Amino acid sequence: MSADVETAGPQFHPMEQFTVEPLFGGHAINWYTPTNVTLWMGFAVLAIILLLVIGTRRRAIIPNRTQSVAELAYGFVYSMVEDVAGKDGLKYFPYIMTLFIFIVFSNFLGLIPMSFSTTSHIAVTVIMALAVFISVTAIGFYKHGIGFLGLFWVSSAPLALRPVLAVIEVISYFVRPVSHSIRLAGNVMAGHAVIEVFAVFVGMSLFIAPLALVGIVGMFAMDVLVAFIQAYVFTILTCVYLKDALHPAH
Amino acid sequence: MATEAHQVAGEMAPEAAGMPQLDFSTFPNQIFWLVITLIVIYLVLSRTALPRIASVLSERQGTITNDITAAEELKQKAQDAEDAYNKALAEARAEAGRIAAETKAEIQAELDVAISKADAEIAAKTAEAEKAIAVIRAGSVDSIKAVAKDTAKEIVSVMGIKADAKTITAAVTARMKG
Repeated sequence: MSADVETAGPQFHPMEQFTVEPLFGGHAINWYTPTNVTLWMGFAVLAIILLLVIGTRRRAIIPNRTQSVAELAYGFVYSMVEDVAGKDGLKYFPYIMTLFIFIVFSNFLGLIPMSFSTTSHIAVTVIMALAVFISVTAIGFYKHGIGFLGLFWVSSAPLALRPVLAVIEVISYFVRPVSHSIRLAGNVMAGHAVIEVFAVFVGMSLFIAPLALVGIVGMFAMDVLVAFIQAYVFTILTCVYLKDALHPAH
Repeated sequence: MATEAHQVAGEMAPEAAGMPQLDFSTFPNQIFWLVITLIVIYLVLSRTALPRIASVLSERQGTITNDITAAEELKQKAQDAEDAYNKALAEARAEAGRIAAETKAEIQAELDVAISKADAEIAAKTAEAEKAIAVIRAGSVDSIKAVAKDTAKEIVSVMGIKADAKTITAAVTARMKG
């Protein structure tokens, strides 16, 4: 099929934008090689510092716009952690804030044309999801000991059903990091790939171009939404998992 | 061997390029830089950004609370001042009423004294006048008696009848009494 497309004319390479490349030439990608991943993660760090550190440097009682946005982001995540995970979840607020702010900035930086979306890579999201999964499980066992397993023992269900439910609960517990990570990477990747496909259509013919342009604009608008919503979803799921670890009783 | 694997991946990349996400040769690189990035972000947030924003927010909350308290205090003060003003006004009004009543009473008393004095004087003068009138009246009765006796004497003498003075006098006196 790919050979067919190549001979037909327009080249579809919607996934090429996700290629990890060394920044300074060469092909070898060792674990330490500075790549476009490094570059765009660096930009994310810079943007975060710009917003949350430089933007709040005046410590104004009456904030300017940048400081307002920084306070808004802080309040958004803070109240999310407090509402979902409870007061004792606030201890982990800096970690959750780190995840949220990194994902949000990576997603939005990825929307810049010709940029590289770090959050479109499974490697990135899996590590974050695993970090959440492992630390939440560790917190659960540290706080409740063996009682944390009560999370899988649905005491409100009839006794006969409980073993069956326990199996389902255990499976769903271990599926968490998978869905947690693939949801984010998949959404970001799909949006970018579709835009790329539309972009190829624009170059194809004069009749399709306007339609494809409208498609790009619409897709881009949706990706802006997705960029925020997926960061929000990732964060709130983290809070929910944290709540399960802090209060495992059903 | 590792370089060989990379070369193979590099050769495959251009044509296959199915899913760069599943190119496991880039995973160590991505994971390494992700961990670095997350650590840097965490340090920046927990050392600088979050405490700063938290302090700004609590400071603002404190300022707002203080301002509200101050406003309540000022309102209370204004209320007190108004109350004091109203009280002073009421007192002044009561004082003015009292002074007016006192003055009125004083004037009334003086007036009463003056009136009674005047009444007494009038009464005295009236009595004097009555006495004077009585004297005059008595005087006039005597004069009339004398005139009547004289007139009677003359009339009697003119009529040619000799009559002694005593009889005439007695007759006139008797007549006048009657």
